[in-house]
Amino acid sequence: MLQVILSGVSQGCIYGLVALGFVLIYKATETVSFAQGELMMVGGFTALVMTQFIGLPFWLAVLVCLAAVGLVGYVLERVVIRPVLGQTALAVVLLTIGLGYVARGLVAMLPVIGTETHTLAVPYAGKTIILAGLIISYDHLVVIGSTLVICLLLYLMFHFTRVGIALRASSQNQLGAYYMGIPVKRLNGLVWSLAAALACLAGVLLAPITFVHVNMGFIGLKALPAAVVGGFTSLPGAILGGIVIGVAETLSGFYLPEGFKEVAAYVVMLAVLLLFPSGLLGERTRKKV
Amino acid sequence: MRFLFKTSYEQDVRLIQHSGQLFWNGLLIIALLISPIVLPEFWLAQLNLILVYSMVGLGMMILLGYTGQLSLGHAAFFGLGAFVQAYFVNRGWPFFGAMSITIIANVILGALIALPALRVKGIFLGIATLALGLIVEEVLVKWESFTNGTSGLTVKPVQLFGWVLKAQHEFFYLALGIVLLCTLMTLNLLRSPTGRAMIAIRDSEISAQSMGIQAGRTKISAFMISAAFTGIGGGLYAQYLRHISPENFTLLLSLDFALMVIIGGLASIHGVFFGAMFVVLMPPLIAIGKDFLPAAMANTAGLQNVVYGLILIGVVLFEPRGLYGRWLKTRTYFQIFPFYRRGMFRRQKAFQKSDRLS
Repeated sequence: MLQVILSGVSQGCIYGLVALGFVLIYKATETVSFAQGELMMVGGFTALVMTQFIGLPFWLAVLVCLAAVGLVGYVLERVVIRPVLGQTALAVVLLTIGLGYVARGLVAMLPVIGTETHTLAVPYAGKTIILAGLIISYDHLVVIGSTLVICLLLYLMFHFTRVGIALRASSQNQLGAYYMGIPVKRLNGLVWSLAAALACLAGVLLAPITFVHVNMGFIGLKALPAAVVGGFTSLPGAILGGIVIGVAETLSGFYLPEGFKEVAAYVVMLAVLLLFPSGLLGERTRKKV
Repeated sequence: MRFLFKTSYEQDVRLIQHSGQLFWNGLLIIALLISPIVLPEFWLAQLNLILVYSMVGLGMMILLGYTGQLSLGHAAFFGLGAFVQAYFVNRGWPFFGAMSITIIANVILGALIALPALRVKGIFLGIATLALGLIVEEVLVKWESFTNGTSGLTVKPVQLFGWVLKAQHEFFYLALGIVLLCTLMTLNLLRSPTGRAMIAIRDSEISAQSMGIQAGRTKISAFMISAAFTGIGGGLYAQYLRHISPENFTLLLSLDFALMVIIGGLASIHGVFFGAMFVVLMPPLIAIGKDFLPAAMANTAGLQNVVYGLILIGVVLFEPRGLYGRWLKTRTYFQIFPFYRRGMFRRQKAFQKSDRLS
């Protein structure tokens, strides 16, 4: 039982990391990026290329990966998203769906590795630790640990740095922040690159547990419910939502008949939407006329 | 250049605005009627598929284009329609009998899926419908006594008052009749108070409510009508392919449906058909175009995704009104030849509509 919950928590942390990207982007620009999952897939493949074809050591490869995918996120915001700034949110949704198609297509067209399924070799593969009667594999431990570290870093950034405070200001009121001299557009670029880097990290962390494949981006669709459950406007909510979804999924995979595992995330999300339309930790807002 | 001289308000809601429309649409229908004689088998099959997709397009257009409710789960309706139709046809029901059960089943599912629409809006509605679509997809895979699981179901050909329609051109006339009827119904719906209420809700829900429109009821009826049309499309699809499996009705199909009406051009009936043509004709055209590319790039699935994505991005960035908008601009350019200006189709500057408190 505890064993199952633990693996659910670690799976949930992956969802949570991707969901953090959704929430960051939503808070900054009030749109949802459907390309998060594909960025995750790109992250997984970049790590694969870095470690297996270029031969960098794992930890260095991860850093290079994060930087590269972060840069991709920044460039995407600059080239594709910024021109539609000010249009309805649907435009950005469509753009990101289009970007997802392009990313999947481009990766599938890669000559050797594109259409195959790969395993990412990591230094901690296969090792386990026994703690209070629980068998914990290093994979899960690394996932949970890095999620905690990321949460701490984000917390410190949002509360104690100039950039973080500017980000919070601009997410509360863009126009007001702009009048105060905060470069809102540049911050949006930063948010997109941050979200991309988070997705990439999730991809790298997920790679040893499942596989690296062109369609691994569809896991991003499980992170959407995580963000919705958490409330879409709250960063701790995203992680919480991710864990709720992950645990619900593994528990239903364990106790319920086959088939429930795939839909558990969505059922939980719909229930939360019906009971708390603004999510577990979301701000309650009402539009004033 | 045609000048419409308006003398009464009723002119605005007339079905046929001017004689030009009658002439060109009549010509189009005649061309369609003789197309089975002229077209080779392969292109006739594509035309049949276009008709099936345009049924779905009509449903999507009512929901997304005219009511402004984003749905990313329409493959659920399409799949349900296909399987209900298959189930009853295989038990010896005639085509229209099975089709009416299909429509009823879909209307019920549509009303169910509309429930989240009363609580959430915008992108979140998209996410909720996406979730429902995925759930229905999973149910179809697992409910083996109804759908025969992943191995799929073979469907008997159309039975109509004792005739059995097997050939492409026979199916074509049936589908054409249904699509024409439904298009006419959509046009009439949009002229009616219900349709006007839908458009009002799309433009501003709060203003519509303050004019006395019941937003909830209108949204649910939009979902139900949309589901019914999509279900008819699904039923036709089952009858056309004659072999369906739950794997045909995935999330990607839902996305395709949404993209279809957006690429075609939102809020126009022409856009439905442009979009359907685009979605159906793209794969064969890419397959033809692939022969001219170097072998390294000739991975069909990848290439198709890239082209799709690039076209979608291009449409959103450069032509938000879709293929139909492009056509309108081109036509106007030639109609008033030297006097076309770039800003002619630009509306008021659109500001971001925020759902957030500020």
